[in-house]
Amino acid sequence: MVLVDAVVQGVLLGGLYALFAAGLSLVFGVMRLVNIAHGDFIVLGAYIALMVVSLTGLHPFLSLVLVVPLMGLIGYALQRLVLERTMGADVLPPLLVTFGCAVIIQNALLALFSTDAQRLSAGPIETASLPVGSISLGVLPLITFGVAVALIAGLEVVFFRSRAGRAFRATSDDAETAEAMGVDTRHVFALAMALSFAVIAVAAVLLAARSNFDPFAGPARLLYGFEAVIIGGLGNLWGTLAGGIVLGVAQTLGAQVSPSFQILAGHLVFFLILALRPRGLFPRMD
Amino acid sequence: MAEPILSVDGLSSGYGDFQALFGVSLDLAPKSILGLVGSNGAGKSTLFKAILGLLPRAREMVRFQGQPIGDVPTRRLAQIGIVMVPEGRRLFRSLSVEENLVLAAEHGRKGAWTVQRVFELFPILGEKRRQGATSLSGGQQQMVAIGRALVANPEVILFDEISLGLAPIVVNDVYAALPEINASGISAIVVEQDVDRVRRLAHQLVCLNEGRVVLSGPAGDFTKAQLTAAYFGE
Amino acid sequence: MSAATRATIGLILIAAILASLPLWTGAANLRLVGEILSYMALAVLWNLLAGYAGLVSVGQQAFLGLGGYTLFICTIWLGMPPLAAVPLAAVAACLAGVIFAPLLFRLEGAYFAVGTWVAAETVALIFAAIPSLGAGAGMSLPAAAVKGIASSRSMREWLIYWIMLGLALAILGGTFALIRSKAGLALMALRDNPTAAGSVGVDIWWTRFWTYIGVAAATGAVGSVIFLQKLRISPDAGFSLNDWTAIVIFIVVIGGIGRIEGAIVGTLLYFLLREMLIDYGTIYLIVLGLVGILVMIFSRGGVWGLVERHLGWSLLPTRRLRD
Repeated sequence: MVLVDAVVQGVLLGGLYALFAAGLSLVFGVMRLVNIAHGDFIVLGAYIALMVVSLTGLHPFLSLVLVVPLMGLIGYALQRLVLERTMGADVLPPLLVTFGCAVIIQNALLALFSTDAQRLSAGPIETASLPVGSISLGVLPLITFGVAVALIAGLEVVFFRSRAGRAFRATSDDAETAEAMGVDTRHVFALAMALSFAVIAVAAVLLAARSNFDPFAGPARLLYGFEAVIIGGLGNLWGTLAGGIVLGVAQTLGAQVSPSFQILAGHLVFFLILALRPRGLFPRMD
Repeated sequence: MAEPILSVDGLSSGYGDFQALFGVSLDLAPKSILGLVGSNGAGKSTLFKAILGLLPRAREMVRFQGQPIGDVPTRRLAQIGIVMVPEGRRLFRSLSVEENLVLAAEHGRKGAWTVQRVFELFPILGEKRRQGATSLSGGQQQMVAIGRALVANPEVILFDEISLGLAPIVVNDVYAALPEINASGISAIVVEQDVDRVRRLAHQLVCLNEGRVVLSGPAGDFTKAQLTAAYFGE
Repeated sequence: MSAATRATIGLILIAAILASLPLWTGAANLRLVGEILSYMALAVLWNLLAGYAGLVSVGQQAFLGLGGYTLFICTIWLGMPPLAAVPLAAVAACLAGVIFAPLLFRLEGAYFAVGTWVAAETVALIFAAIPSLGAGAGMSLPAAAVKGIASSRSMREWLIYWIMLGLALAILGGTFALIRSKAGLALMALRDNPTAAGSVGVDIWWTRFWTYIGVAAATGAVGSVIFLQKLRISPDAGFSLNDWTAIVIFIVVIGGIGRIEGAIVGTLLYFLLREMLIDYGTIYLIVLGLVGILVMIFSRGGVWGLVERHLGWSLLPTRRLRD
């Protein structure tokens, strides 16, 4: 029964990891760029939500009305003002620039907020749970999982059914030809980044309501998101959800062995998948 | 001749330190077809890329309806009314046939050419509208590439080697659409290896050799021998 | 006199001055120069990986910490003299590289970088889970082993300094020789155009593999000497991303990526900046990040790239093959 409980908690945790992964995967899919500061932007989003909540008194979930557009704007500006100047055949410049962003965000947050652990108080929902058989499901993890599923479904619609999504895919295929068809590819890249940051904002609030965070909580979130992407298979958002679930379950099962084994178990499963199925569990079919 | 819809004036361009075009000039009359011939490496594709701003050019080197457009960025040209059917087709492989057309329609100009009308011009595309664009045969892919240019409702289309890699019978199918396209008021520059075909199709001919215009005038003015000589730079 | 001969004579002269340092300066200066040498070595190695082999790693701390831990394991568990453990540290790090490379090389482009980070975290978590190595708290080198290095404290400091100097020069000289060799030509072809390099017979995978595990081994050796000097190791210190990779990347970026001189100049600039800004705490790291980003955007060749462009200098003639 303990095992079943661990697996169920792991599946729900996987929803959160899929949220970390979705924005990362989206940006890589459209422009082959990996934002090393992805996790740090999640933490930045959490601090922004914290400030919004303390200034307005809004419930953390309602604060998203402000945090999502704000983060989207930051993402758009980051792409247009900084990353756009580093894009090209060489992957190194954008990688190193986002690495620099990570260092700056961590230390700026440290200077502003100290290393004290913070938390977004979501009220009674934090501890509420639904008994199902002999296990109990936390309401917050359930909401997180539901949001992850809804968000991925929404991103799929945007990607495969909308004008912006067509421009994303066309630009990713062949930016030069897209440009000749009248697509403003720089705007398209920035839109993809803004969308990624909107997802970051949602992930940030759900993370911050669930657990403590501090200025250095970012890198681990990047790694979990990344592992979910690779386990699930590149270019497939539903695969990414599956990847997040595999990672979440690996971690909760690992924690059953020993608390110090939790994160390590996730990393080991990541390497196992890389060894056995280098294209991930559900690679995009070409 | 009426005022040219598109004119190139003293265009020099190239790749980095390598200059591929030396003072190329040509005029495309409204509602006409200009055939651009020359051997491999003569600079035909380079000229198209320079017109479209994919290679460097200066403001006064390209004019559209009398206005200098040599400083207009590539992405604005579809809005102005110049599009290309690129060499190798370069369809978007993640997009279906229909999506390739819809994307071009969304970012081009509004007008008589719609996705539906392209399906009437090339019925096979209508049947395969939901398929991945690159899963089609070469000839059908070329039809998508032409359709993609049409739905932008341009004034000028630059056709780059649309017969390349296609079976002769398919080439006929593809070229059969050109008179109808021209009749709808669209002007075109056509790059083609088959000199006979160009002579039949085009109103004007321009021959490039090693990045320079070596021959230029009405298509009927030249014998095949003259063209072949210019083609090989003799 | 050829450029290569001039460079060799210059290097020998500098090496002689550095080697005689213990005779005319105090322990604090010696330690600083030792640290500068260790960062120069790490920067040269990271530059070889990212600037030449196109392998952007943010997980070099895996090999550095592994080297450090090997030193402690060899001396405490196996009773070996600490100095004998240095080559074993290189072997251990190299083996880790052999395990990780085939897995990480499956990751496309920029994802490789994040993969190396996961690898480093994995190694760190494994060491943090071993109670006999002090788990998360780490451990110190026993007094008996410390005494075994050299009889007096100053002699020990000298010895460690000389080993670090020798190692740094060997890494610099080895990298220099490698880049001017046929293998170096292959590496540069690979960096400038992987597809073309592959088509002319450069085996991309193996070239990258040898570079990756070679750099891993050298990084492990440097790590063992760094912790020989510190006498204490913990997972946080040994596998620190900031200390062993972030700063090294900063050094290479400001100095000039893809240039050996860049790593050297970058190291000196970094220590200068650090001395100036160290009192400002977190601001100092924010400034480092900003400077790195600005260099990447406005002067991708770094400081040495500017020097080359405007003055036409080239200290070590390694770029003749490219230009």
